[in-house]
Parts: sequence; structure tokens; C-alpha cells
Amino acid sequence: MTKPKALLIDVTKCIGCMACYYACKEANKLPETEKVEEDLSATNYTVVKETDGVFYRKLCMHCNEPTCASVCPVKAFEKTPEGPVIYHDKKCIGCRYCIQACPFDVPAYEWKSNKPLVKKCTMCAQRQKEGKITACAEACPTGATYFGDREELLAEARKRIQENPGQYINHIYGEKEVGGTSVLIISSIPFEKFGFRADLIEKPLSDLTWEIMSKIPNYVVVSGVFLYGIYWIINRRMELSEYNKSKNRDSSEDKN
Amino acid sequence: MRLPFKITFWKVVLVIIWILGIIAAVIRFTKGLGASTNLSDQFPWGLWIGFDILCGVGLAAGGFTIAAIIYVFHIKRFYPILRPTILTAFLGYLLVIFALLFDLGQPWRIWHLLIYWNPHSVLFEVGWCVMLYTTVLALEFSPIIFESLGWGTPKKWVGKVIIPLVIAGVILSTLHQSSLGSLYLIMPEKLYPFWYSSIIPFLFFLSAVAVGCAMVIFESHLSYRAFGHRLRMDLLADLGRVMLVTLVVYAILKIQDFSGRGVWSNIFINRSETYLFWLEAIIGIIAPIVLLAIKRVRLSERGLYYASIFTIAGFLLNRLNIAVTGMEASAGVSYFPSWMEISITLAIVATGFFVFSLAVRYLPIFEHAESDSKPAKTITNSKEVPIIKSR
Repeated sequence: MTKPKALLIDVTKCIGCMACYYACKEANKLPETEKVEEDLSATNYTVVKETDGVFYRKLCMHCNEPTCASVCPVKAFEKTPEGPVIYHDKKCIGCRYCIQACPFDVPAYEWKSNKPLVKKCTMCAQRQKEGKITACAEACPTGATYFGDREELLAEARKRIQENPGQYINHIYGEKEVGGTSVLIISSIPFEKFGFRADLIEKPLSDLTWEIMSKIPNYVVVSGVFLYGIYWIINRRMELSEYNKSKNRDSSEDKN
Repeated sequence: MRLPFKITFWKVVLVIIWILGIIAAVIRFTKGLGASTNLSDQFPWGLWIGFDILCGVGLAAGGFTIAAIIYVFHIKRFYPILRPTILTAFLGYLLVIFALLFDLGQPWRIWHLLIYWNPHSVLFEVGWCVMLYTTVLALEFSPIIFESLGWGTPKKWVGKVIIPLVIAGVILSTLHQSSLGSLYLIMPEKLYPFWYSSIIPFLFFLSAVAVGCAMVIFESHLSYRAFGHRLRMDLLADLGRVMLVTLVVYAILKIQDFSGRGVWSNIFINRSETYLFWLEAIIGIIAPIVLLAIKRVRLSERGLYYASIFTIAGFLLNRLNIAVTGMEASAGVSYFPSWMEISITLAIVATGFFVFSLAVRYLPIFEHAESDSKPAKTITNSKEVPIIKSR
């Protein structure tokens, strides 16, 4: 059985060389732009940015229980057992609920296209199938982006934090956020400073809707029976009163 | 040469709106969503979702409410307002689906909903419910067509299944009216705390019932002014009472919800969300509750009319606050629709008014009701299913 893979991003090791950015463009055949793209977009799946002298990356987090996959009405997103969250572009109808709902603001839309699709990092699912590691991890000269088994990377991240308590804040971003992700980040400064959401819950966001959605079959049966019951009871009572009225009328006619 | 129709102010307005709408539609389908809308990766849902879908579906909620009152609860005296309500609902849902075709990136794939199922997705559920309920509405509406064509037999068939149809309609409506709110359940970190709540599905459902009733009152007044149809104040005032109860329950839930989540401390912060929230609360909740609670106002034509307008305006503001105002802070961008988004929405609304007035003129919508309301026979005979009764 394949163990789920992950990326460990150690921002303390990132030197901001942009090798991952260009490797990603190449691996995904994304168009080169004149200026370096500042944000994720339909033509750009990762960015390297700097805050307080610290470089960090942004890319799809490849959630264990992806919000995009939960909200998509046509199941265009799929979490593969190997880790990547992949997109089936043939299914997509373009409702953009994935873009609206993603807690990491990752999926991007081809706004300029007439047959627009959603675009985001694939965690190089295709390369992984060929036995290779992700393009960004392969290109990284310092090991700041590191590819491996999720369990092992988690252990490695914990080890680094424990062994260098001054160097890291005690938090592995992506270990528990929204049920855990396949991208794990450790940092020397709080994650809010990178613009990452610090208020994310630890259970998958999809649980919030499933609590309601899972009750629907029951609701349909119960309310169907209930409504028909109301109809039947009132109907019966009206029939009876009708009948009694006519009987009373008959009996009073008899007396006369 | 004489034109076959009279040129009036409203006809000119209608034509201008349509022309703008068509221009915008051409741009939308030739240049794409990016060129025609102010939507972005930061703000992927705008006016078309917020107004055309969230508001459109809610405004059509009168259909299932009145149908349930008449057929399930046997309160047959409401029958005179059944047909205009079913017409509004049916028209409303058709327009919602039509509007969706503009918003979807690849509308020609809308049928994918039928074959690729994701029972975890709220939108999947909404899509199916809207699809099925529109079918139910088409069937509920069909007797009106059959009647005007003089086809007795198919009308009788529909009459035989009207009870299961209505019950299915009520179930489907409660599901998707509330689920439009559930769409936002998955975004606790995005929707502003005034509007994000775990009870948002219930709030959506209640406000839909209230606005459904308000729309029936509003329309009855418009048809009364435009076509001189008799105003059934006896029935409308009762709907006003339903509205009052629904709005009070809504207000109580909202207060409880605010207390439970500790939102009260936020309600005087100087932010645009605060102002728009207060506007919504005053127009949509406080004003109509006060108006409707005063019996003299509720029983007066004008008072009831104003209460319904307040409720509708507050409802629209609520849905737009959720779709736009409440999402802006977390998106980090502000959104205002482009003229093309506005034009297409206006054109769709105008089409609604236009088709409604045509239907009222050429189909037995109100006349039928009036001839029916005079004799008491439909009320006393419980066996009779009124919608299939011929004139």
C-alpha cells in the first residue's frame, strides 16, 4: 500500500531563490510572465514571498479532507491516497464554489477564458506516478521544500522543533488544520504574519456541512410521512363532519 | 401608420433594460466572465449568486407555503391566491435557472449534475432540489394551461396526484431554501460573524417563508393597481400574521445566536458591516414586526403593503449582505458589480415582470379565482380538489 506523501516546508531554510517557482512553471507548462507573479493564479501554482526577512511559500495545501472536494457538486476534485488533491477538468461546470470555500484561498479561475477551468497545484501527481518527486522539492537547493512520507515528515518536523526550540515556534502548520494537510510548514515566526489563517478549526470543514447533509434522507422520509399524516387527519375530520351534518339533516327531515 | 401597441413609459424602460442586457450577455459569452464581471479569485461569487440565486429562490418561496396551506392543511379559502402564487414561483425558478447559465463558467455542462453525484456537496443538493421542485411547479402550473386550452383529461390526471406533488414540493423547498444558507456553513473563517452561524439554514428557511408571504401581498397589490383585480384583504391580512410569527421566531433565533456566539460586543464597531447589518435588521425585522404587530396597520391595505415592502427589502439586503458585505473582509477586496452584471440581472427581473403580466392577461390566473370566491361550494366540499375544477 502506498503511504501518503507530503511536502515539508521549513521557512528557516528558504533563501528566496525562486527555484521552486520556476520549476513549477516548467513542470506544469505554465506561461512565463515578464514580472514574477505575486499571487497564486490560473497561470501560477506557487509563490515565494518575504515577511520580516523570512521567505515562505504558498501553494495548495492538499488537505486530507479537502473542502474543495466536499463542496464540488460534480465531484471534480479528488483526494488521492498518495496525497495530491487532483482536479478532473472534464467534469467541472464552473460554479466556483471551490474557490469560494477553500480555507487557504488556493484554487484560481481562468477568468479570461471562454471555457474556463479551475487551476491549482497538483502536487505533481503525474510526476509522482512516474516515481519522481514534486518539481519544487527537486529544484530546492537547501531542502527548504522537502518531499517524503507524511508520517516521516511529521516526525522530522517535530524533531527539528524540539532540537532547536529558539529557532522555531512550536506549531506544525498543516498537521491538524482542517483535519490535516499534505503540506506541512514549520516557521520561526507566527503563521499569521505570512497571511495564513490562524483561526482554522482542527476538524475537517466538510464535517460542518455533513452534520446537516447526512440528515437529509431521514428528513425526507419523516417529513413526508408527517405531512401526509396531517393531510389525512384533517381530510378525515372534514369528511366526518360533512357526514354528521348530512346525517343530522336527514334525521331532522325524518321528524318533519 | 398606427402601431399595434401603445408606447408607454414602462415599455420604453423595459426595452432599454433588455437592450443593455443583451449587449452584456453578448460580451459575457464572447469575452468570458473576466471581461464582463468584477469577479476575481478573491471574490468568485458576486451579484449573480447573491441576487439572482439567493434572492431569486427566496422570493419564489410563496409557492410552497400557499400550496401547503391549501392542500396539506385544507385551508381552502386561500385558494383565490393560489394561482398567482404558483405562477410567481414557477416563473421565479425558471428565471433562477436562466440566470445560473450566465454565472456558471461552463453552462453547457449543467447536466453534469445529473451524472456526477457528490452527496457531500450542499450545492449538489440545491441543484437537485431546484431541478425537481421546478418540475413540481411545472406540474402544479400545468392545470392553468390545460384549462385555457380546454383539455379536461390531463388536468384531471394532475388533480389526482396533486397531494403527493404538493408534499414533495414542500419537502424539496424546505431542503433547498435552508441549504442555500448551508452553502456558507463550510466557511466559518470567511463569512463575517454577523451572518455566519451554525443555524444559518434555519434562518434562511424562516426568512424565505416570511418573504414568500410578503411577495404574495406585494404582487396582489401590484395586480390590483395594474389590472384592478380584487384585493383579498381577508386572506392577505392572515398572511401578514404568518409573516409576523415567522419574523418574530427569526428575531428570537437571531438574538439567541448572537448571545451564544458572543457577537453583541461587535454590534457598535465602526465598520461598514455594522451599518449594513443595522440597516438589514431595522428594515427587514424591526420595522415589519412593529407594523404587523399593530392590528389596525395589519388590516389596512396600505399598512400591510408597506410591511411587505419592508420585509422584501430587508430580505434582499440580508442575502446580499451574506453574499457580498459579509465576505469582503476575509477576501481582502471590495466588490461592486460591473454594469454588465447589473444589466443582466435587471434584464432577468424585467423579463419576470413582463412574463407575469402576459400570463395574468392571457391565462386564467385571477379571473378563475374571482369566479371561485363568490359561491361557497369549493370551501364546503372537502372531496373537491380545487385546482382541477373547471370554471
